Amino acid sequence: MSVELRGIVKRFGATLAVDGIDLSIKTGEFVALLGPSGSGKTTLLRIIAGLEFPDAGRLILGGEDAAHAHVGDRRIGLVFQHYALFRHMSVFENVAFGLRVKSRADRPSKAEIAERVGRLLQLVQLEQFARRFPNQLSGGQRQRVALARALAIQPRLLLLDEPFGALDAKVRKELRRWLRRLHDDMGLTSLFVTHDQQEALELADRVVVMNQGRIEQMGRPQDIYDNPATPFVFDFIGHANRFEGEVAGGRLRVGGVAVEGGPAGLSDGPVLVYVRPHHVEVTRPGAPGSLPGRIVQRLPGGAVHRLEVMSPLALQPVEIELAAAARSANGLTAGTAIGLRLREIRVFPGSAPVAPASHPPVDLVQPAHS
Amino acid sequence: MPADIVIDRPRHVTAEPSYVRRVLLLAALGYLGLFLLLPLASVYAEALAQGFAPYFAAITDPDALAAVRLTLLVAAIAVPLNAVFGVAAAWAIAKFEFRGKSFLITLIDLPFSVSPVISGLIYVLMFGAHGWFGAWLQAHDVKIIFGVSGIVLATIFVTFPFIARGLIPLMQQQGTEEEEAALVLGAGGWQTFWRVTLPNAKWGLLYGILLCNARAMGEFGAVSVVSGHIRGRTLTMPLHIELLYNEYDFVGAFAVASLLSLLALVTLALKRLLEWRFNRETTPKEAIR
Repeated sequence: MSVELRGIVKRFGATLAVDGIDLSIKTGEFVALLGPSGSGKTTLLRIIAGLEFPDAGRLILGGEDAAHAHVGDRRIGLVFQHYALFRHMSVFENVAFGLRVKSRADRPSKAEIAERVGRLLQLVQLEQFARRFPNQLSGGQRQRVALARALAIQPRLLLLDEPFGALDAKVRKELRRWLRRLHDDMGLTSLFVTHDQQEALELADRVVVMNQGRIEQMGRPQDIYDNPATPFVFDFIGHANRFEGEVAGGRLRVGGVAVEGGPAGLSDGPVLVYVRPHHVEVTRPGAPGSLPGRIVQRLPGGAVHRLEVMSPLALQPVEIELAAAARSANGLTAGTAIGLRLREIRVFPGSAPVAPASHPPVDLVQPAHS
Repeated sequence: MPADIVIDRPRHVTAEPSYVRRVLLLAALGYLGLFLLLPLASVYAEALAQGFAPYFAAITDPDALAAVRLTLLVAAIAVPLNAVFGVAAAWAIAKFEFRGKSFLITLIDLPFSVSPVISGLIYVLMFGAHGWFGAWLQAHDVKIIFGVSGIVLATIFVTFPFIARGLIPLMQQQGTEEEEAALVLGAGGWQTFWRVTLPNAKWGLLYGILLCNARAMGEFGAVSVVSGHIRGRTLTMPLHIELLYNEYDFVGAFAVASLLSLLALVTLALKRLLEWRFNRETTPKEAIR
């Protein structure tokens, strides 16, 4: 089912939780609402589900105005963040609930309910747990029960609120892929809320990045990753290294060093230069076009090692990712002076909103002796 | 290799030495024995002081049986009414936001903070012969004070908080997520209440009913004010016991008292059972992956 949101506004007392959201979701799409906590994404989800009513704006579900449709009439499946399973009902009864509460005319027969619930439990691979109670299940199993329960009413739209938030890393990864397959196999239309950019980028057809009740950017995951529209999106979608720079005569300089790769046609004035950790290249100190830095820490992490580098030109310690296997990675230990060459930079006009982070100047950092 | 480390006695850091534990335990048990167990035992001892025959004669006395019947009748009216209104109040307080909520909570606590005698007196002031509605009631030949209805009213007043007070924290802690899930799945308001809210609160409700019932049967002060003390007609068990005692019929008094304290023991056993069932349902069992 398609979803259209037009100018949705929701206030809670003095707080503006959702501040004029326009969004449309096509039938069959898998869309992620990505944002930090308090960005209004869960509120938006609850408005679509019918658990909150917008103060302004229009909500159109499947081509029909649904702003005042009763929550129970919308036929929307909702998976709650903490699952909200009925604690006094068995897994079977949880899944059957949506069928049992139907009016007598629409209610399937007992045998039919048993058959449908059985099929759903098979789908989520919990057939042998039908008689268990929610508190006898692991987190991942509960999550699947919640999903089966939501699917039982044959929802026209599936909403998921932080569906993997409470699970450990390994289970999360498995469930994520399984959910994506399920979405495709069943031909669902799904919208899920997450604060985990990895999850959003990996799972969704389209990512909607939200901040303070507004949409910062939406698009295909790769586009968002490659072309963040705002500093917020760049920062939120992955780790960001920030430098203060200046454009003069169309040329970009960071702390007096001319930096290549900025977009053409920059207007003069102060700018912020953003670069991803894996786009910072380590050179010998003083190499042309490189910024000065000194390694503070080397954090081994398997195939990819991280360097924490102090640079007088950066707003925070610079994070660099480097392949541990690369020959050039040898000898890069704490205390080493290096040069930083920035590639694939993004430039946003403006200066740092806050004073540069109060880290000690690079010269004062004592190399850690081993 | 490090030398063997000898730990003289493995014990938890917060555990006190054994003599401290023993002294504390003895003190607690001694106190309980002196002030609770001994008096309870004396009830049965006094009741059976002259053997079983007088005991059975005392509890099968028509007036005693009338008192038992009245007590059961009062509880049978007061407890279900308080259950219905207690659930309604707890539901409203725990699941909805509205103005005057804390005032309502305070109001529910009122019977706990007022002396039972006053609880009885307010009904005399309202419905008694010289009370606000006294003349009107007399004109319509409705007898509340010094009658069964007065006893029921006073009992409802005194025992109202038990059920609501027991349910509110439980329902608040359970939140509204399950109700929301039910609504999204297409359940109506009543279906949500009967299928989700009430079953989730059932142990708390039973617990409240149990305590409410114990108090309803044992209430003395408020009931004493409105009862009129007509032997065989308006005497509940506690009032009947007092009457017998004042007439120096000790075997009779203690025999009826033994029935009432038997009720207390049954209540305790049921309470323990409910707590056990409640904990079993709410504590997660070992998760199976």
